[in-house]
Amino acid sequence: MPAQALFGQLLIGLINGSFYALLSLGLSVIFGLLNIINFAHGALYMMGAFVAYFLLQYAGLGYWWALVLSPVVVGLVGIVIERTTLKRLYQLDHLYGLLLTFGFALVIQGVFRHEYGSSGLPYSMPAQLSGGQNLGFMFLPNYRAWVIVVSLTVCLGTWYVIERTKLGAYLRAATENPTLVRAFGINVPRMITLTYGFGVGLAALAGVLAAPIYQVNPLMGADLIIVVFAVVVIGGLGSILGSIITGFTLGVVEGLTKVFYPEASNTVIFVIMALVLLVKPTGLFGRAP
Amino acid sequence: MTAATREYVEAGALAPAAAATPRHQVVAFLVMVAFFVAAPFVFYPVFLMKALCFALFACAFNLLIGYVGLLSFGHAAFLGTAGYAAAHAAKVWGLPPELAILFGTAVAAALGLLVGALAIRSRGIYFANITLAFAQMIYFFCLQAKFTGGEDGIQAVPRGTLLGGLDLRPTLTMYFVVLVIFLLGFLVIYRAIHSPFGQVLKAVRENEPRAVSLGYKPEQYKLLAFVLSATLSGLAGGLKALVFQLASLTDVHWTMSGEVVLMTLLGGLGTVFGPVVGAFVMVTLEHYLAQLGAWVTIVQGVIFIVCVLTFRRGIVGELSRILRKPL
Repeated sequence: MPAQALFGQLLIGLINGSFYALLSLGLSVIFGLLNIINFAHGALYMMGAFVAYFLLQYAGLGYWWALVLSPVVVGLVGIVIERTTLKRLYQLDHLYGLLLTFGFALVIQGVFRHEYGSSGLPYSMPAQLSGGQNLGFMFLPNYRAWVIVVSLTVCLGTWYVIERTKLGAYLRAATENPTLVRAFGINVPRMITLTYGFGVGLAALAGVLAAPIYQVNPLMGADLIIVVFAVVVIGGLGSILGSIITGFTLGVVEGLTKVFYPEASNTVIFVIMALVLLVKPTGLFGRAP
Repeated sequence: MTAATREYVEAGALAPAAAATPRHQVVAFLVMVAFFVAAPFVFYPVFLMKALCFALFACAFNLLIGYVGLLSFGHAAFLGTAGYAAAHAAKVWGLPPELAILFGTAVAAALGLLVGALAIRSRGIYFANITLAFAQMIYFFCLQAKFTGGEDGIQAVPRGTLLGGLDLRPTLTMYFVVLVIFLLGFLVIYRAIHSPFGQVLKAVRENEPRAVSLGYKPEQYKLLAFVLSATLSGLAGGLKALVFQLASLTDVHWTMSGEVVLMTLLGGLGTVFGPVVGAFVMVTLEHYLAQLGAWVTIVQGVIFIVCVLTFRRGIVGELSRILRKPL
């Protein structure tokens, strides 16, 4: 086994893991408060990449602007979706939320595919991050290192805010018992709206980070999101730390599978999911539903 | 789907445990049969066969969502796998059509037992997620396995001779065979829903702890319903493979799982005839929108959104509310 290939796949695994972690973190934050699985997450991730592309094409704003503006724009789209449609369904079975967001995923993907076809649009990486470092045992492109650092920072930052600050305490309290938290004078519906916007913004951030690596493609989120769903099931729905750890770990496991048994690299995450479900149906870090 | 089911009950969409089949349902059934017997002389038969296969698929799916309250987001796995199995049996092994379809159905049943045993331990969103993930696993398996032909699928599957005497190559012959199999599947589901078994399923859906306290084992009932649903989806898949002489990746992809949810939702979750109507409407829509490419997806998405927001009873659900008769 050449060490070069091993480290190469490990790096790819870490990159994929960065995206899994960011996306499953967003899903977990949303699930915690809204109790819905956001099926539109993959489509909004794709939209994040497209907003970065539009900013460059039509406003001349480059990567660094996109990194800030795209999550805000997509977050606002998410807030509109939540305010106009999702909030009507909170009294009903949560499965309707899943079906509604699935509908949005189809519409968003359909519109972008109609306009831009199924082939990818190139998006170049910022000049500051091109090139790479020779670590002796492998070559590390700067941009890939940047993606891993950003993802780790954002994930741990989110975890810190939710688990260690007063705002996070409100959020966790509202997850446990929204009625009681409202009785204390906290605007829970607004908190729900902002949480959805934030979770969706995380997806858009992942989209911008992915744009220089994978190109901007209307279908880039379609199959990815299903892998992320499996990641979320393995980590335990709604567990913040669980989704970060499983996201990175499974990315690496997938990368290693590509080295040792390439035929199984597409399915390994689903096989792990089946095994985890046999032993612990609530996921590795999940509590009983 | 407790909140939703309450809606059907209020709408009168759920039949009480009547000893005899209510007359309006017999009438509705006869209207349906009459329509499908006359239809091939008006509409294009291949289009109708597609609608019938999807109608059977949607009815099988409805058994789970409508009567057990479990939303499976991976039912394409059963449709598609059975299609591959039947196509392989007919083309490579040279089995006659009845055995090929039977083999496909059996494979789907076995797969249903496997997936079901793992999935029914969870419910609600967890169940939807888990079935989706398993279906994706099967999709990747079909993409990579040798016998499925990868991106090309299994093409030019022979229709063969049914029971050694009936040549299935003429379109009309094939159509009536499809119709008979569809009606058999439909009646099996109708019988299952209105049997004591079906009553226990509804009891579990409405109040599981109470069903347990009455001595029922919900896990076994759910698993049996899941396997039955997977088996009949497999029947639809095997049939579809012979009709179109093709088994391909489209039928295993998760978009197909989404489509069957849409058909059932549009027709009416938990209604007897809803899935048939929903499948028919969706297949017609796709037929007319096919030239427009991505528009199919957009229209499907919009229908999803509208149904969930304002039309949760579906076409047949609304109809039975207006007529005050469960259909």
